[in-house]
Amino acid sequence: MNEFINVTLQLAEGFKTTLGLFFLTLLFSIPLGLLVAVCARSHFTPLRILIRGFVYIIRGTPLLLQLMIVVYLPGIAFQYPITKWPIFGGDVAMAYFYGALVAFVINYACYFSEIFRGGIENIPKGQYEAAEVLGMTKSQIFFKVILLQVIRNILAPMSNEIITLVKDTALARTVSVMEMLFFAEEILTNQYIVWPLFYTGVFYLVFSAFLTFLFNLAEKKLSKYWN
Amino acid sequence: MALLEVYNLQKSFGSVPVLKGVSFSLEKGEVLAIIGSSGSGKTTLLRCLNFLEKADAGTICVDNNLLFDGADKKLSSQKEIRKNRLFFGLVFQSFHLFPQYTVLKNLTLAAVLAAKENKKNFNANKTQILADIEKRALTLLDRVGLTEKKDAYPCNLSGGQQQRVAIARALMLTPDILCFDEPTSALDPELTKEVLKVIRDLKTSDNTMVVVTHEMEFARNVADKVIFMANGIIEEMGTPEEIFEHPKSPILQSFLNNALDFSGNN
Repeated sequence: MNEFINVTLQLAEGFKTTLGLFFLTLLFSIPLGLLVAVCARSHFTPLRILIRGFVYIIRGTPLLLQLMIVVYLPGIAFQYPITKWPIFGGDVAMAYFYGALVAFVINYACYFSEIFRGGIENIPKGQYEAAEVLGMTKSQIFFKVILLQVIRNILAPMSNEIITLVKDTALARTVSVMEMLFFAEEILTNQYIVWPLFYTGVFYLVFSAFLTFLFNLAEKKLSKYWN
Repeated sequence: MALLEVYNLQKSFGSVPVLKGVSFSLEKGEVLAIIGSSGSGKTTLLRCLNFLEKADAGTICVDNNLLFDGADKKLSSQKEIRKNRLFFGLVFQSFHLFPQYTVLKNLTLAAVLAAKENKKNFNANKTQILADIEKRALTLLDRVGLTEKKDAYPCNLSGGQQQRVAIARALMLTPDILCFDEPTSALDPELTKEVLKVIRDLKTSDNTMVVVTHEMEFARNVADKVIFMANGIIEEMGTPEEIFEHPKSPILQSFLNNALDFSGNN
């Protein structure tokens, strides 16, 4: 029993980092994704091509590879590893954490941007026109008429992607971020206990269940407006 | 001077001319029906009046205000267009109500947003302004016979009810001219009747209306003036009697033969 509580506490310590990575990724990648979606629809062709090319590269390569590039490339290519960057004040764990965060944010912003783009392009033209002939400004039209309809359109694909993110955070282990799996492996190598490795699954499952519950609630709330 | 004066309006999509110089005028309180086959330019004309399309040339005047002049770039700025389009209201073929708002909010939304733009005045008389807007919305809902639906969402209304809400919504901002773009084309015959009745009832209260329609009976009985469009020009224009009883041009004659034959009423 004692062992169980001990292990749970240690894994919870790692899970805090997992959650931190998860929420910070969402916090930055959603607005960035919106920006990318807007740029990908730009009438300025060079910008549109650049952004769409970038999205293609990010979506076309493994997240694992992107993590390694962001975290190790400064050290390998410029002999200036992120662990030595002054902003991290010599805190190696912090340097790896933020390095991984940057990779996650870029990766998820690109995925989100495609979801946003689809959600925006699916709004019937008539909604814009109806608001326009009522004299609304562009920003009024977007925030008062279009936005909620976009949210409704993207809710299902977003919930999919966000639940994937919960589990993708485990990839941060490969670039020395001390998230939950890292702790489970520590326990294995230091204390020779194997089961915590599998026990981590429970944490992920509980958290995914919680997110699924939230998304179902949101879907229910929005469904009253649409058949 | 007529309320609405349209002169030599032209519009092409790419190299395809859709309006080849359309001119007409309309007196206050008159109902104008625009008829013609698909692709004749009726809808484009209406969309140009509502600034959903920008005409290439020509002028549009309402009540002696020059709202559009193909030769004057200044009139085409976003700001000018936003101001000028409020002279017109538009009811769409497929309603386009805002699905996330109740019937009442569909009516009040634009009016409240417009009132908020005058921040000082709005903050000083907030309750009064909002009450006035709501009162006006309820009056209009009563006029289209949907008072009891004020808290319903559009998805719970029939097509005819949605269109009646859309008509009330278009009237909220007191347009000088209310335009209808085939308002009953998406409705079955029974619902068509209820919507046409609402439009007909609006006529008694000196509203000026432009109705693009395929309902020949409606055009004949309700309109003061009928325009028959073909290939981007006004082929014939006159009173309902002139158009329907004594059509001059052969295109109009064959159009009416087809239209009336098909409806089986005549």
